[in-house]
Amino acid sequence: MKGMTVIVKKTTQLIAGMVFLYGIYVVIHGHLTPGGGFAGGVIMAGSFILLILAYGSEFMNLIREESGSTLYENLAILVVLFLAVSGLLLGARTFFLNWLPKGTLGQLVSAGMLPLYNIFIGIEVAASILTIFLALIIFKEEISK
Amino acid sequence: MTVYLLCFILFLVGFYGVITRRNLVKIAISLSIMEVSIFLFFALIGYIDGGVAPIVDPSDPARIYVDPLPQAMVLTAIVIGLATTAMLMAVIIRIYRKYGTFDIREIRNLRG
Amino acid sequence: MNPLIPLFIAIPLAGAFLIMILGKFFMDMNRYFASMILLILLIFSIFSLATTGTDISVYKVGGWEPVNKIPIGIYMVMDGLTVIVLCIINVVGFMSVFYSISYIKRYTSENYFYALFCLMIAGMNGVVLSGDLFNIFVFLEISVIAAYALVAFGVEKNELEATFKYQVLGGLASFLILFGIGFIYWKAKTLNIADIREVFSNGYDKRYYVLVQVLILAGFGLKAAIIPFHAWLPDAHSSAPSPISAMLSGVLIKAVGIYVIIRLFFNMFDITEGTAILITSMGALSMVIGVFLAIGQWDIKRLLAYHSISQMGYVVLSTGIGMILISRGIRLEVAALAIAGGLFHLVNHAMFKGLLFLNAGAIEYKTGTRDLKEMGGLSGIMPWTSSTSFVASMSISGIPPFNGFFSKLIIIIAAILGRFYFLALLAVIVSIITLASFLKFQRYAFYNTKEKKKTEKNDVPFPMVFSMVMMSILCVLLSLLIFPGIRDAVLKPAVDILMDPSKYASQIIGI
Repeated sequence: MKGMTVIVKKTTQLIAGMVFLYGIYVVIHGHLTPGGGFAGGVIMAGSFILLILAYGSEFMNLIREESGSTLYENLAILVVLFLAVSGLLLGARTFFLNWLPKGTLGQLVSAGMLPLYNIFIGIEVAASILTIFLALIIFKEEISK
Repeated sequence: MTVYLLCFILFLVGFYGVITRRNLVKIAISLSIMEVSIFLFFALIGYIDGGVAPIVDPSDPARIYVDPLPQAMVLTAIVIGLATTAMLMAVIIRIYRKYGTFDIREIRNLRG
Repeated sequence: MNPLIPLFIAIPLAGAFLIMILGKFFMDMNRYFASMILLILLIFSIFSLATTGTDISVYKVGGWEPVNKIPIGIYMVMDGLTVIVLCIINVVGFMSVFYSISYIKRYTSENYFYALFCLMIAGMNGVVLSGDLFNIFVFLEISVIAAYALVAFGVEKNELEATFKYQVLGGLASFLILFGIGFIYWKAKTLNIADIREVFSNGYDKRYYVLVQVLILAGFGLKAAIIPFHAWLPDAHSSAPSPISAMLSGVLIKAVGIYVIIRLFFNMFDITEGTAILITSMGALSMVIGVFLAIGQWDIKRLLAYHSISQMGYVVLSTGIGMILISRGIRLEVAALAIAGGLFHLVNHAMFKGLLFLNAGAIEYKTGTRDLKEMGGLSGIMPWTSSTSFVASMSISGIPPFNGFFSKLIIIIAAILGRFYFLALLAVIVSIITLASFLKFQRYAFYNTKEKKKTEKNDVPFPMVFSMVMMSILCVLLSLLIFPGIRDAVLKPAVDILMDPSKYASQIIGI
C-alpha cells in the first residue's frame, strides 16, 4: 500500500521513537503504576504500525518481516513458560512461584519475578499484534495483484 | 442503581445491532459494543465508598482502596476480546474474497 | 501437592509454540512431535485415573496459602469427575492427531494445524482442571478461539460461513457467561467455587439467584448446543475437517459445555426445583428434536452432527432427573443412578461419535463426496472402515453387547424408578428412531451394491486405520464399566462428589 504525504512522514519520524520509549516505560514500571505487560505491549506495537502506515509497505519485504515477528512471539512465550516452570524447582515447588527477593516497596527493582514477567509478556504482545497487522496487509496485497 | 441499568441498556443496544444489521462489519462492531458494556459493569462492581485507585503509596500504605480484582479481570477480558475481534475480522476478509459481498443475506450456502 | 496438575496445561501450551518455531526448520517432523505430546498427555491422564480414586487433589498456583480460612489465589482441583473428562479429552485427542497424520496432507500450512490443535487441548485441560470461576472463562476462550480457526481450516465457502455463525453465537455465549460471573462476584466477593458455595449457604436473595442461574445456563448451553441454542452446530461440525469434527463433537461440547454445567450446578449452586425441571425439559426437547431433524439428512456429516444434539439430550435429561430427585429430597439412590448413567453416556458418546466422524472422514477421503445417494458398495473396497463403522453404529443405537446399550439402559431404568414414565418412553422411542437412521446410513454407504463396481481392497492409509480400530476396541471395552468392581473405581467417586454438595467445598477449604 502507498505511503502518505510528506507532512505525515516527517511527523511520524519525530514521534515514533518517543512512542516506543513510552511503551517500554509502561512495561517496566508495571508493578508500580497501572499498565504492565499487555498495555505496554500494545503501545510498543502501535509505534511500529504507525511507521508502516505512514511510509507504506512497498519498500518492505513483508514475508520476511512477518516470519521474524512470529519468531519473536513464539520465543517470548516459551521464555514466560520457562520462568513459570522454574518455580517448580525451587522453594515451595509450585507453578508461578515468586522466588526472587522482593525488596522494598516502591522501588524499581523490587517485587521478585514480576518485572521479568512484564517484560517478556510485553515483547510477546507487541510481536503478536504486529504479526496480525502484517498478515492482514499481506492478504490485501495478494488480493489486489 | 441507575448506572447498572445503563450498562444493561448498552448491552441491549449491542445485541440489537447483532440481530438486525446486514453488513458483516457492523455485526462485528456490535459485538464489540456488547463486550464494552460488560467491562463497564465489572469496573462499577468493585467500587467501595471513599476508596481511591489501588496503587499503594509508600508513605501511607493503610488507606481504603477500591477493589483491584475486577480491574484485573477486565484487563484479561479486554485482551480476550481483542483476540476474538481479530479472529472475526480475518474471517470477514476471507469471506469478502470468496463471496464478493459484505451482505449477510447473500451468504446462505448451507441449508437444511 | 500433586505436581502433575499444571503439567497438563504447560505441556501442550509449550508444544504448540515449539511446533511453530520448529516448523520453519524441520518440515515434516511436526506431525510426529504433536503425536508424541498427546501420547505423553494420554499416559499422564491414565496414570491420574488409576491413582486418584476418591480423594481431591488441590494445587494452589503461586503457593498462596489461605488467610483466615479464606482462599486467596487460584486453585486447580483434580477429583473423580475431572479425571474421567481428562481421559476422554486426551484419548480422543491422541486418536485424532494420529488420524490426521495422513488426512491433513492435502491442506496447505500443516504446522498451523498442529499448533492450533495443541492449543485447543491445552484450553480444554485447563477448563476441567480449574477450581476458580474466572479461570474457567479464560481457558474456555483459549480453546474456543483455536476451534474457530480450526473449523475454517481449508478456506472454502462453506467453512467460512460456518465459522462466522459459530463465532457470532460463541461470542454471544461468552458475554452471557461473563455477565453471570460479574453478578456472582458482586454478591459473593470471591471467585473460588468452593468458597462461593460457603458464602451462598448463609442465605441469598431468591430472584438474584434465579437470574444468575439463567445467565450461566444460557451461556454454557450455547456452548454445549442444547435446544434452543443449537443453531451453529450442524454447520460447524459438518464443514470442519474430519479429525476436527471428531474433536469438536466428541470432546469440546462436553468439556466446555456439559461438564461446566454439571460442576457448577451440583457443586456451587443450591439445586432448586424450578431449575431442575427447566434442565430436564431442555434435555428431553434436545433428544426428540435432534433425532427428528436427523432422519431426513443425506449428508453424512450433517446427519452425525444432528445426532450429537440428540445424544447430548440424553446426558442432560439424566442429569436433570438426578437434580429433580435431589431437590425434592426423595429416593437419593435413584438420583445417584441417574447421574452415573449420564456420566457413562458422556464417556460412551465421546468414543462412538469420534469414531463415526473419523469413519466419515475416511469415506470422504476415498470417494470424494459426502452425499449418501452417490456412494454405495464400500464394504468390499474398505473392509476396516466398514467394520468399525458397523461397531460404532450399533453402539450409538443401543444394541448389546456394545457400550451404548448399557448406558441407555441405566438412564431408562433410572427414569422408571424415579416415576418419570413419560421420559423413559421418550428415551426408548428416540433410541429406536436412532437405530433406523443409522441403518439407513449403513445401507446407503456400505452395502448398497446395485451397480457392480470393481472390488479391489483399497483402504485408507495406516494411521487412519489404526485410530479407527483403536477407538472401536475401546467402544467394546467400555461396556465393561457396568461391572461392579470397575464401576466403583471409576464412576462412583465422580457421582459421590456431585451428590454430596458440602463434601467438595469442605474438603477444599480445609486443605
